[in-house]
Amino acid sequence: MLLIPCPHCGPRAELEFSYGGEAHIARPVDPASIDDDSWVTFLYERSNPRGVHAERWRHLHGCGRFFNVLRDTVSDTIAASYPAGQPRPALSPDGKGTKR
Amino acid sequence: MSGRFRAPSGGRVDRAKPVRFSFDGQSYQGVAGDTLASALLANGVHLVGRSFKYHRPRGIVTAGSDEPNALVGVGADDAHYTPNMRATQIEIYEGLVAESQNRWPSLRFDVGAINEAFAPFLSAGFYYKTFMWPPAAWKRIYEPLIRRAAGLGRAPAKPDPDRYTQVYAHCDVLVIGAGPAGMAAALAASATGARVFLCDEQAEMGGSLLSEKTAMIEGQSAGDWTAGALAGLAARANVTLMPRTTAFGWYPHNFLGLCERITDHLAGADPKLPRERLWQVRATEVVLATGALERPLVFPDNDRPGIMMAEAARIYANRFGVLPGNTAVIFTACDSAYRAALDLKSAGVAVAAIADLRAAPGGVWVDRARAAGMEVREATVVTGTTGRLRIDSVNLGKLGPDGRVSASETIACDLLLTSGGFTPSVHLFSQSRGKLVYDEALRAFLPGTSVERERSVGACRGIFDLEAVLNDGTAGGSGAAEAVGFAGAAGRAFAVDGDSVGSDGFIGVTPHGGDPSRTRAWIDFQNDVTENDVKLAIREGFRSIEHVKRYTTTGMATDQGKTSNMNALGLVSQTLKRPLPQVGLTTFRPPYTPTTFGVFAGQSRGDLFDPVRKTPVHDWAVAQGAVFENVSLWKRAHYFPKPGEDMHAAVVRECRATRQAVGIFDATTLGKIEVVGKDAAELMNRIYTNSWATLEPGRIRYGVILGENGFVMDDGVVGRMAPDRFHITTTTGGASRVLTMMEDYVQTEWPNLDVWLTSTTEEWAVISVQGPLSRKVLEPLVEGIDLSRASMPHMSVREGKICGVPTRLFRVSFTGELGFEVNVPAGYGRAVWEAIVAAGHAYGITPYGTETMHVLRAEKGFIVVGQETDGTVTPDDCGLGWTIGKAKKDFVGKRSLARPAMMAGDRKQLVGLLTVDPKTVLEVGAQVVADPNQPIPMIMLGHVTSSYWSATLNRSIALALVRGGRTRIGTRLSVPMPDGPIAVELVEPIFYDPKGARLDV
Repeated sequence: MLLIPCPHCGPRAELEFSYGGEAHIARPVDPASIDDDSWVTFLYERSNPRGVHAERWRHLHGCGRFFNVLRDTVSDTIAASYPAGQPRPALSPDGKGTKR
Repeated sequence: MSGRFRAPSGGRVDRAKPVRFSFDGQSYQGVAGDTLASALLANGVHLVGRSFKYHRPRGIVTAGSDEPNALVGVGADDAHYTPNMRATQIEIYEGLVAESQNRWPSLRFDVGAINEAFAPFLSAGFYYKTFMWPPAAWKRIYEPLIRRAAGLGRAPAKPDPDRYTQVYAHCDVLVIGAGPAGMAAALAASATGARVFLCDEQAEMGGSLLSEKTAMIEGQSAGDWTAGALAGLAARANVTLMPRTTAFGWYPHNFLGLCERITDHLAGADPKLPRERLWQVRATEVVLATGALERPLVFPDNDRPGIMMAEAARIYANRFGVLPGNTAVIFTACDSAYRAALDLKSAGVAVAAIADLRAAPGGVWVDRARAAGMEVREATVVTGTTGRLRIDSVNLGKLGPDGRVSASETIACDLLLTSGGFTPSVHLFSQSRGKLVYDEALRAFLPGTSVERERSVGACRGIFDLEAVLNDGTAGGSGAAEAVGFAGAAGRAFAVDGDSVGSDGFIGVTPHGGDPSRTRAWIDFQNDVTENDVKLAIREGFRSIEHVKRYTTTGMATDQGKTSNMNALGLVSQTLKRPLPQVGLTTFRPPYTPTTFGVFAGQSRGDLFDPVRKTPVHDWAVAQGAVFENVSLWKRAHYFPKPGEDMHAAVVRECRATRQAVGIFDATTLGKIEVVGKDAAELMNRIYTNSWATLEPGRIRYGVILGENGFVMDDGVVGRMAPDRFHITTTTGGASRVLTMMEDYVQTEWPNLDVWLTSTTEEWAVISVQGPLSRKVLEPLVEGIDLSRASMPHMSVREGKICGVPTRLFRVSFTGELGFEVNVPAGYGRAVWEAIVAAGHAYGITPYGTETMHVLRAEKGFIVVGQETDGTVTPDDCGLGWTIGKAKKDFVGKRSLARPAMMAGDRKQLVGLLTVDPKTVLEVGAQVVADPNQPIPMIMLGHVTSSYWSATLNRSIALALVRGGRTRIGTRLSVPMPDGPIAVELVEPIFYDPKGARLDV
């Protein structure tokens, strides 16, 4: 069970959270102006990386808020967590934490 | 006395406390402190089971959790029966009942041993090759036969009456394994003040020190030092000692699963105690002190009862005071077996000879054995053994410098002890996804790069010398505490007076000079895999150890190859002439040892498996004899049968009453969300397909929610209570999904909207009163609300009081009749419900359940999300195109509706189906085709989504999704069924009061 750092509540066990898919896929401001292919990309295409993945979690049984996490899909290491709406932080060269 | 083979003194057992137990129906006596294995050996019993495939007689091989052979079933009755327990781990207690497995009619005479005669046909992968034809026979004949003949143990037939508990726990340092390394680590870590857990799978902590007789630690005997160390640990408030607790699994972020056995070793345990406890431990740092497992040597006929690991025999002699035989032959590739031989000899076992694989064994242990008068045969191997149910002789062969083996002598014995060295236990390290590295000198995989926050100490990382082990444990323990953030303890060095046994050993199959196709050298005892099986797999082209493992099943039994994996690897390496690390290593997976289902289930069984949600009216419905159905977690009244009525009769009566007079229905389970804020209407506009700007306070609208992919996700009526306040209802099952979706958009896409969402599902009881007389029933009960047609039209909501309590009263209908949904605070639900029932008595008010609700809504063609929709249905498909606010620039799912495929004319569309024979009721899910006589596979045009008997119309009705359905209305199609096709006519999906005249009253 992962130990997930909620940016609002601190580290909590995975069972307090629900997964929300890949992060930073913003809904187009004016969907009507998007062509079909781009809309399908927005709807269905995800990066599914082997390595660091920016993903959404919701602290469902806690503060209830959505936030983002950088998790390595190979090792499950969580390098960063940050509130929804903030840009993805750059990782330090060792991949272990955020560059501050 | 507790058995012929119990030494008069010595060991850690209590000879003053005899314990009676039974094995295969025979009563035996052991003593307190015995395991089932030690007690049986004390009684001279070596034969304890039959093997998996060939039903070979098998005996006790080890003294620990790595035991591959001595698997027994334990339990006096079928409810308490547990199969496949390792006799080496079972603590005996007065009245213990155990039995051997995989034998019939008896352990000594087993009919299944006939499989031996067919051994040439039962080689690796035999079932893939032999039972090929005819194909259908595999499932019906071969597999059941094979499963009956092979296998170990039987599942208990009765429910488990025991209780299991689960606990979450946190610690700074979790030390796994309470041998010398683990105890030293726990001492060092706890000295810093860190919160330390020390767990060990055995009943008694101490590990190898419990069977150490000669080495002295800090001037004390190993036993005294251990007792002192454990007492010191127990006295520290920051230390938790957890004996009988197996760390079985490592999960991400230093989360470990530990299974504590609480009552299995007790006679007449306190019934209040759970049988086992699952510890779910989040440890900041983990110290692995899991030790090493002795590796057997592999040679022909190495599986007879009486052939054991040398170290296991030493443990039985030193710790349990049990002599595992009278006359022993030792076959070894390392010095530790000499230590065992010396301890056994001093306990009273004659040592006939020591066959040493090494050409020139030397050193202090070999010298001591020679000085004790033991015959040491250098460069000598075992070429075979004899003895049906117990070994009676060993054939030795001389290993020439060219690798050839020449027969040398036969020695009579009743015990053959083997040792191929020690394999570090890296199971948990591997589970933590740490990388293993191969150490050539030690012939072992050792922990390399870590992924989690852990470190290994002692034998599990290849350190075997006791002094070095203690000091390594100390360093690891204080290092772990420092890593947590505690100030490091002063480094302590232990002084041990004792001799190291070195680290010699052997991996693979020892040279035996026999014809490999005629000899049977067992690599994996538990799955009956031989040298030949592995070689056959390689001849057939399997190269990867992962493939060899799966083809031969070596290492795939319940012991996960604890004693066999390295020898299998060595044999593949020998055969392929490829260095062992290049052969690779299979992955270790949880659990380390078999773990009960019970401890994983914990309290989550029976009524506690899932929460049950009940409405305030539930008990009333129970009293009325309602039959319930599960809808998500809710219990909903399905129908209310009167005496003698079946469901059909009850539903017909309930439908008629509601259409002709008045019915009452508990709609509390509907999801409810309160949307409040300056931008509430804006959010509603963006989430729902409908337009909300024009909806005035006091009015209701039926709303539809799509996913962003354009498919219908949920629906329900929404009341506008005030300009900035909406009362949403959702489907029963969709409530949390809708709230989560709305929260998602509010929090992440439109954080600037001033709007708040609150789940109010549990706040309101919803009493639906439906039927032409519903207004008459409610009118006398309400205060401050005018229910008249003029003042409160269809699809409106009023606030006021009913029966003296506040209400949001909706005029809404899911039946097609005049109807009201009375929302009252949940605590008043039962009282108001009963008041309405009492007031309705004069009008024949009839409670109805979900089945009648469905029939009535289907007669009106109202869809149910999840029944008429399945995640691929657009609003237009199911006839809800009218809900889309055409003027709206955007809402969730709108853009997707403009994709070409979403607008295609041949999409499946909702239609009504009328069977040509009105008495035939279609089956939900049945397929709709044009020509039932076409060849299979037929071209399927659609399927039936809802189908009922309509009492009102005195005929069957159905809804269906049919390709291009709206253009087919008026035509006939067919529903092919096993009893023949059913002709249907496609009609508009509304069967009753299409104009809605009954609503406007």
